[in-house]
Amino acid sequence: MGIFLLRRLGVMLLTTLCLTFVVFWLTNLQPNLEKLAKTQGNMRMTDTQVASWLEERGYARPILIKYGEWLGVLPGYVNVSTDGSVQARCLDDGMTIETAPRYCGVLQGEWGYSTVFREDVSDIISIRLGLTAKLMLWVMILMVPSALLLGVLAGMREGSRTDRALSTISITTTATPEYVSGVILIAVFASSAVGLKWFKGTATSAMEDANFENFFLPILTIALFGMGYIARMTRASMAEVMTAQYIRTARLKGVSFPNIVMKHALRNALIAPFTVIMLQFPWLLNGVVIVETLFNYKGFGWTLVQAAGNNDIELLLGVSVVSVIVVLVTQLISDIGYVYLNPRISVS
Amino acid sequence: MKEPYDGPILEIDDLSISFFTRLREIPAVMDFSVKVQPGEAVGLVGESGCGKSTVALGVMRDLGRNGRIVGGAIRFKGRDMADLSNSELRQIRGNEIAMIYQEPMASLNPAMKIGRQLMEVPMLHEGLSEAQARSRALEVVADVKLPDPERILKAYPHQLSGGQQQRIVIAMALMSKPALLILDEPTTALDVTVEASIVELVKNLGRKYGTSMLFISHNLGLVLETCDRICVMYSGEAVERGSIEDVFDEMQHPYTQALFRSIPLPGADKNAHPLVAIPGNFPLPHERPLGCNFGPRCDYFEAGRCDAGHIPMFDVPDSERHATRCLRFREIDWNAPPIVGATHDKGETGKVVLRMDALKKYYEVAANALFGGEKKVVKANETLSFEARESETLAIVGESGCGKSTFAKVLMGLETATEGQILLDGKNIEKIPIEKRDTKAIADVQMVFQNPFDTLNPSMTVGRQIIRALEIFGIGNSEGERRNRMLDLLDLVKLPREFANRMPRQLSGGQKQRVGIARAFAGDARIVVADEPVSALDVSVQAAVTDLLMEIQREHKTTLLFISHDLSIVRYLSDRVMVMYLGHVVELGDTAQVFSPPFHPYTEALLSAVPIADTSVKKKHIVLEGDVPSAMNPPPGCPFQTRCRWKVRVPGDLCETEVPPMRRMAEGHQVKCHLSEAEFATMEPVIEVRTEDV
Repeated sequence: MGIFLLRRLGVMLLTTLCLTFVVFWLTNLQPNLEKLAKTQGNMRMTDTQVASWLEERGYARPILIKYGEWLGVLPGYVNVSTDGSVQARCLDDGMTIETAPRYCGVLQGEWGYSTVFREDVSDIISIRLGLTAKLMLWVMILMVPSALLLGVLAGMREGSRTDRALSTISITTTATPEYVSGVILIAVFASSAVGLKWFKGTATSAMEDANFENFFLPILTIALFGMGYIARMTRASMAEVMTAQYIRTARLKGVSFPNIVMKHALRNALIAPFTVIMLQFPWLLNGVVIVETLFNYKGFGWTLVQAAGNNDIELLLGVSVVSVIVVLVTQLISDIGYVYLNPRISVS
Repeated sequence: MKEPYDGPILEIDDLSISFFTRLREIPAVMDFSVKVQPGEAVGLVGESGCGKSTVALGVMRDLGRNGRIVGGAIRFKGRDMADLSNSELRQIRGNEIAMIYQEPMASLNPAMKIGRQLMEVPMLHEGLSEAQARSRALEVVADVKLPDPERILKAYPHQLSGGQQQRIVIAMALMSKPALLILDEPTTALDVTVEASIVELVKNLGRKYGTSMLFISHNLGLVLETCDRICVMYSGEAVERGSIEDVFDEMQHPYTQALFRSIPLPGADKNAHPLVAIPGNFPLPHERPLGCNFGPRCDYFEAGRCDAGHIPMFDVPDSERHATRCLRFREIDWNAPPIVGATHDKGETGKVVLRMDALKKYYEVAANALFGGEKKVVKANETLSFEARESETLAIVGESGCGKSTFAKVLMGLETATEGQILLDGKNIEKIPIEKRDTKAIADVQMVFQNPFDTLNPSMTVGRQIIRALEIFGIGNSEGERRNRMLDLLDLVKLPREFANRMPRQLSGGQKQRVGIARAFAGDARIVVADEPVSALDVSVQAAVTDLLMEIQREHKTTLLFISHDLSIVRYLSDRVMVMYLGHVVELGDTAQVFSPPFHPYTEALLSAVPIADTSVKKKHIVLEGDVPSAMNPPPGCPFQTRCRWKVRVPGDLCETEVPPMRRMAEGHQVKCHLSEAEFATMEPVIEVRTEDV
């Protein structure tokens, strides 16, 4: 198990490096940089001015060196211009070139500076990620048990009336995208159109103080969409398990139907949907973009939209790195859980 | 809870079970009656689709959503099962009636430890505590002769071998000491020697616990070994029932007789006493004829009488509880010898076509898929040497894992040999994979596969598949020529020419296997490797397919390498036999030489394990302990030493340290064993036929 973990961690590290490089390369394409120079400097800069602006701030060098600097494995650039002013990557306010550290990259905890929010990227990400984590946690708490319940109830008697009713529900919810269901939910439960003003149509106040009233609608919107999918997977897997011969063995042992489902079928039926559930985490991370914008909940997805829309290179990079890490970690957890659920698979 | 009861344990009266589909009602079992007395074992015999498993599930009242009991009654200890509520039924299932299934691996929950699955039974039915249930489980696991019960209870099903799994299923059935045990083909998925030990175990445990048994099987030999009474089923009906002696020796139904004539018994011979195949096909449930279901295939059929209407069971006079469903049983002369079809002279074996010389096939398996680690070597074939001649049948016999399929793969060119040589007409082919072989070599060496259901392309007509083979072999210059050749091939395998346009799904198992044979002979193959060609087929069809193979062989002077684990059929059709164990050839010789002493100890055990459906045959009983060792980690010295009962007679530790040399016992007879000449001379034949019957 230890070796397996080490190996997986190694692979993860490698994947992270590759993916971040791709994102770094895409965000540092020349047109992006020119746009950056114009927004940061002056909209009416000439081409030569842009070039020298980029030159001074170290943007005009080979991509690999820049990537190394960003990562923190190469020393940051130091440019002393003709007028004696010093531009250096690691130079923060209140530092001289002598006291500034040589390396300042992601590895040193320097995620850069957001041009949109005028704040350190690391601060933004930690706050926004926390907010989205809160949202995701509640989504999972609502979505996973109800999806499994739906799937198991539908799958244990395939073709029955319960099965058909529940399957219809799950297909409907999966087939409705969040921007449709979100709008419908707001219209029904939060607006005066129907008159049921049970919940609030915005979740802005939930960032500070979340309660049922202001937080339930965004959670429900995301959960409904993901639920149908997991429920369908669980149902298929459950239906297959229920026709297995060992279920007949249990039945002919005299085990009662509820016990057959709980003790004999459930664990076997959960093996397949487990991977799907774990795949929902990365999906949630990006899927929340729409819902966070719709409900004006300033979380991770909202930040991603802001960063991308405003050419905020460093923030965009930070967001991507975090996303990549979340995806890889959930997959690792998924693989380990899979081993635990399925005794036929063992890792050495 | 379980009151003593001394009437019949199980009484089935005129039971009829139907399955309902959207199209129609399909009667699966009709008018079926049987009685099981306490301590009695009743065998239920018939071909697949005859309804025997449906009867078992009917007794358990577990027919699924489409099945329904439409008539008759099942009484268990005098209580009508139809009157029981669901919870009363649950109380009987697993507690008073237990079941043992065909596929042990599929019948055990893969995600639950063995111990849990066993303990569940008494905890459920007798309200035992976990600790009590555990000690009961330990006891029963020891009863089914599994080593190290503590470890077994903590294991998951996939960590055990097939034989061990079946022992666990048996243990599970015995956990609450049931009054009735239903065994549904319990050994079909297992090797013969494992089968023998399981049968032995079931018999002893049945005696120990006084359990009645309903033994469902298609194997008449097994039923003879295990049961007191037998009930033969055909197409949903019981056609004959009675004691083993009555039915085996004085059968009173044409189907029973035909069944016995179509299985190879000792004494049958492909040239002098060929098997008599049952003509025609098994009727589909909704296409049953009026009157006697067996009528269209029966030699004694009398139009106007046998197809007039329903035929009840008649009691056979002068015989206890013996009944038959035949109108004419009093008129038929049951002792008349079968009308023997054409007998043939033994074909002359010609020149050597194929020669194997010290062939070795090793597989390298990495211990760890990603890091490599220590390489393990699987020795699948170890110095195979033999030759095969023109129009000769060489049988290759052994249990699963003995390397017989690997050998076939190397010969076909699907794998290349590690060492040694294969000479086809004096040319080396051991290093040439099939892609590099020329058309002639491919067409010369062809294969008939075990499972005809999976080896035909389901979306291509039968004719097209044969033509495809002809195209590959480069036979015929035009489409028309190949089409004619294909029709000839259909004639050769005795299929109607209309079948050329049929899809494989429209064919029965036997017909599919004929197509497989036609395909193998498309390029006039000179060597045909038949890998268990009939073991997936029903008994009555087996004889017909075997005869067909023999006939084509005689005409084409083909060399047939017949891979099988069924020694009865091997004895019937082969000229020479090669016995394999763990990659080694342990014995090689003429059929007569291999089937009579002196044997290799493994051959002896194998022979004694084969159930023979003949009451006049007396067999020695040798049960092999333990499992076949892994080819990854074979025992040192003689491969068979871990299970050999003769090992004590070899002086010193010769068996443990040295691989025995191949010794010549007689002309053409070789045995790989350390036993001395004197010891070999003391060996007795395993099978003895009582002389008055011959």
